[in-house]
Amino acid sequence: MSTITDPPEGSFRLSMLINDTRYRSMTFQAIAAIVLALSFWYLGNNLIQNLRQAGLNISYSFLGSPAGYDINQSLIEYDSQSSHSRAAIVGILNTLLVAFMACITATVFGVLAGVLRLSKNWLVSKLMAVYVEIFRNIPVLIWIIIIFTIMTAVMPAPRAFRGDDPAASMLFNAFAVTNRGIYIPAPVWGPGSIVVVLTFIASIVGIFFFRRYATKMLFDTGRLLPTFWPSVGLFFIPTILMHFIMGQPVSLDYPVLGGFNFSGGLQLGAPLIALWFALSIYTGAFIAENVRAGIQAVSKGQSEAAGALGLRPGRIMSLVVLPQALRVIIPPLISQYLNITKNSSLAIAVGYADVTATLGGITLNQTGRAIECVLLLMLFYLTISLTISAVMNVYNNSVKLKER
Amino acid sequence: MTDTSQSVAFVRTATIPPSPPPAMETGAVKWMRENLFSSIPYSILTLVSLYVIFVILSGVLPWIFNGVWNASNLAECREILDGATGACFAVLKERWPQLIFGLSYPAEEYWRPGLAFLLLFFAAAPVMFFDLPRKMLIITLLYPFIAYWLLWGGTIFVPILALVGVVAGYMVYQRLVAGSFAAGFFGGVATAFVIWYIGGLLIPEGASENALLVPVASRDMGGFMLNMMLGVTCVSLSIPIGIVLALGRQSSMPLIKWICVVFIEFIRGVPLITLLFVASVMLAYFFPPESSVDLFLRVVIMITMFSAAYIAEVIRGGLAALPKGQYEAADSLGLDYPQAMRLIILPQALKISIPGIVNIAVGLFKDTVLVSVISMFDILGMIRGPILSTTAWNGVYWELLGFASLLFFVTCYGISQYSQWLERRLATDHR
Repeated sequence: MSTITDPPEGSFRLSMLINDTRYRSMTFQAIAAIVLALSFWYLGNNLIQNLRQAGLNISYSFLGSPAGYDINQSLIEYDSQSSHSRAAIVGILNTLLVAFMACITATVFGVLAGVLRLSKNWLVSKLMAVYVEIFRNIPVLIWIIIIFTIMTAVMPAPRAFRGDDPAASMLFNAFAVTNRGIYIPAPVWGPGSIVVVLTFIASIVGIFFFRRYATKMLFDTGRLLPTFWPSVGLFFIPTILMHFIMGQPVSLDYPVLGGFNFSGGLQLGAPLIALWFALSIYTGAFIAENVRAGIQAVSKGQSEAAGALGLRPGRIMSLVVLPQALRVIIPPLISQYLNITKNSSLAIAVGYADVTATLGGITLNQTGRAIECVLLLMLFYLTISLTISAVMNVYNNSVKLKER
Repeated sequence: MTDTSQSVAFVRTATIPPSPPPAMETGAVKWMRENLFSSIPYSILTLVSLYVIFVILSGVLPWIFNGVWNASNLAECREILDGATGACFAVLKERWPQLIFGLSYPAEEYWRPGLAFLLLFFAAAPVMFFDLPRKMLIITLLYPFIAYWLLWGGTIFVPILALVGVVAGYMVYQRLVAGSFAAGFFGGVATAFVIWYIGGLLIPEGASENALLVPVASRDMGGFMLNMMLGVTCVSLSIPIGIVLALGRQSSMPLIKWICVVFIEFIRGVPLITLLFVASVMLAYFFPPESSVDLFLRVVIMITMFSAAYIAEVIRGGLAALPKGQYEAADSLGLDYPQAMRLIILPQALKISIPGIVNIAVGLFKDTVLVSVISMFDILGMIRGPILSTTAWNGVYWELLGFASLLFFVTCYGISQYSQWLERRLATDHR
């Protein structure tokens, strides 16, 4: 007598769709697909009906028509006769500008505060802890508005610079901090300045190769070449020499007080300053925490071992601790950069003409093309986010611990 | 044995009393030498920090302590101060209800949001502190219905009906879950919907007209109350959705996985403000033409989606951090997927993700001020709109912005301290 029974053959029953693991996942996915299709159909149907009722359609032709509004801060040529798409591009460039500037300064603030927070100096570390806690726990929008208010309500008006005994004065006769923004000297590119710029680029490439050569020398022969002062020299001397050889083609256009306002120079508007500075200090507080966590993640034995080898504290930090800490710091740093880019959309609250304010604000309100504008806006941010995270992931993989 | 005592010239019989440590090596001096002035660069750093602290305090303290609390407008404030430095806190005193409850919440009903806020602590306590008697969870479960009734008012039948639907759904779930989790879950949801639908037909028209609590429309709510409402609602709604999304992203079924991945990456790739634009100008197009969904609900939907995507990523991290042995152990016990998740995986994964979830919650609460951009009058909207634009208070920036900052700081700092406490408390790894 045998207890072995044959497995059930071929007889497919409906209940197997639920009870048999071979088919169950297909069942669930089929249900999910149907539900998804139904909800898309429902939403799309509602959309079509609503649009028909409101007499609207989906069309991107408005992008070609004249925008009809002015933008005070623009990196490219723009006037009110330019098209809506041109306004959107101005906005995109402005977004990228403020995000780029804020990423750099936030990193500087964050690394500084993070390192100082680990300082053995009690007062400094407590001061940095207070900085981090205060800035992390108050919404960034409030910070943007606070700094914008400082810029517009506390800073002197341009007319305060006038007269024999002015209430306000320019810094070094070159920088004017007014309630309309900060005026800084603008470079003027005269004929022949391209040579100076090329020299500058060449000297930076030269620094790069010099440092590579120094490292190679160190590894090959053990001889440690001085790198810092030669780098500084390479950075300045050729460019300055070329500048004078070419007859000073690059000059600075200083802002001067004329009429009711400053003219000349480069104006950084109050909204830009507010957004830039607020994003920097706010995100800097988060980066400080990441840096601190990263440095603490490096085991103490590493810095003790480096000390036992006779390295100076500065070299322990730069050669032993930071390279290891970077692996821990980089991934959260990427997401902080993404946050800066996304938070730069708060520009709309202070009137900085970023893409949210032009495409998602004025263009949307003027044309009434809500769906098109918001979709384009999302598409832009999605592209930026995915690009940044892709680029940063490549970098992250290159510094990742090579485990074998 | 020889007697050696004679040859020894001197033997001390009593110990010397310990001499006090040098003055430089004790007490406050030692502490300062070690922590503040251990080297010349550190000493410079200390002096610079002291100077910074002095500058900040000498600017802020007189401003605070010299503050004027009783005045009816800014001009009167300046008159009282008479040129001296001082804050004009009178604006907080005069506009207090507007800052907290918004512009048009009826003044005689202020006790309702107040009571709802008070009850929030009782509802949150059993969730936050595990030592409290478990029976207090009943308050937590009843809280959404009570709070809804208190805030919006109107007929009491609506929250009662909602509660009955939930209770009935839960009972059906309990009955069916022994068979299969899916049957229990969908059976429960279906029951609740049926009860709500039938009950909706039973509630008479105009029941809200002369109800016990006067109905208040969502658009009349504002101030810090709005921030609290958005924060609490969206966080509590987004945790279950986040769990589902995280499990979906880990799923072996490609379709389910890709739906979740696309949703999460899309939401995380766009700023919250664009989602709020969707809520304010676009979402209405996707509802049936005859319905009108109010702005508060649309904003809640979008913010919930936003935070659910972020919470899903945090929970995914928790799921990934769990040793693979846990999944295999659950499988080898013969548990099916819902059982394994509910009994083995999620309790551990959620515990790991609690700090992350709290971080998201704090971030989300801060982000609720963004609704002021789509012209909802939350606390920042109130400050920038109705308060600063009146002639009486045009120009009192620092008092108002400082007050809003203080409210957010106290709340967010409190929550993050709680999260740190919880992390220590839940640290059960045996090391």
